[in-house]
Amino acid sequence: MQDKIRQKARELLSSGAVKVVIGYGEGTGSRVRALFIQRPEDADRLIMDERCVQNLAVYLTKHEVRAIGKPAIVAKMPVIRSINQLAYEEQFNEGDIAVIGISDSDELVDLPDLTSVREYAAKNPLLLTAEERAELDKLETMTREERWNYWLEELSNCIKCYACRASCPMCYCPRCTVEVNQPQWISVPAHEIGNVEWHIMRAMHLAGRCVNCGECTRACPVKIPLRLLNQRIIADIAVNFGQSEDYALAAFNPNDKEDFIR
Amino acid sequence: MAEFEPKVIAFVCNWCTYTGADLTGTSRIKHASNVRIIRLPCTGRIDFMLLMKAFAKGADGIIVSGCHPNDCHYTSGNFHARRRWIVYRSLLNFMGVDIRRIIFSWVSAAEGAKWAEVVNTAVNEFRALGPYDEYKNLAPIRANWRTEHAG
Repeated sequence: MQDKIRQKARELLSSGAVKVVIGYGEGTGSRVRALFIQRPEDADRLIMDERCVQNLAVYLTKHEVRAIGKPAIVAKMPVIRSINQLAYEEQFNEGDIAVIGISDSDELVDLPDLTSVREYAAKNPLLLTAEERAELDKLETMTREERWNYWLEELSNCIKCYACRASCPMCYCPRCTVEVNQPQWISVPAHEIGNVEWHIMRAMHLAGRCVNCGECTRACPVKIPLRLLNQRIIADIAVNFGQSEDYALAAFNPNDKEDFIR
Repeated sequence: MAEFEPKVIAFVCNWCTYTGADLTGTSRIKHASNVRIIRLPCTGRIDFMLLMKAFAKGADGIIVSGCHPNDCHYTSGNFHARRRWIVYRSLLNFMGVDIRRIIFSWVSAAEGAKWAEVVNTAVNEFRALGPYDEYKNLAPIRANWRTEHAG
């Protein structure tokens, strides 16, 4: 697998098709870091193993990366979904990026254009695993007060470092609501009210867009189970609006349920 | 001690519910005076953060109301809003926020009587639930916060 990626990267760079290949490489210790390979001879530094889980799509919208020129990106399933969503949100056009797709069975996937990315993502619908469902159900069986206390406890650790935001490919707004202070939407200190508001807002702004890559949870230095909030919304969207290629909250159905509206 | 009177914020759309509430007044129908109405262009404009802010600033209950489906002045604002509320309600419930304190309704410009009924029922329900201290007590009271923490 690794050799195929290296070969593909070398081809793309030496033919001049792309200016940079975004992939995984050895970091310090046994850690993996993102690599930005710009010369064909450096392609051998790319690696691919079970440690390579970071969602690299986060770099596609960064202006520092865009300044280099057309990128190719090593993309496993969550990254392919992220690229699909970013393309849907018109963050790049056809031909702006190249994708080195990797299937779940560790095979190279040929994804020459954004249409093929969309089709590939549609073929692999976003579903929660049984373990993820079970975790949601565990919280659902608590009483409301227990859930409230559970989240206050978890969120009390939050230091508002916004690593969840920085690591998320979908959080690319040049100015986030959390930085708006006229009016101040989110209370600034790492205090309970601001923490609750921040996490509600983050989950809601990702509603229908989150691809469940789990990067926010991995990035969190205080181990808040952020993914649960996103997974709750993913499950709700699947139940209420069905699986669709569209961004669920930008669409509507006149027959959406309204049993809660008087 | 006097009976607890809930503070209720109503976020309503300009075209239906606000006009409907106006009709309640011109029809001289009386309703509970606990509600403070905030007029917005459309239910689609009612950002979920407005609701969180209302709770943080001391609301005990919230009413969100707009045009009936298919009656939206902007054609589809209420359809989009409805989708957002479905997800939002579920998320809040999952986080343990008391969603009984947020009441959604459709009130058209002709339903002055319905608006009075919605408000009265909501206020009675919120009164029974008591003050929502659980949420508003999270908010540091700004003046005190400065003196206590800023030295």
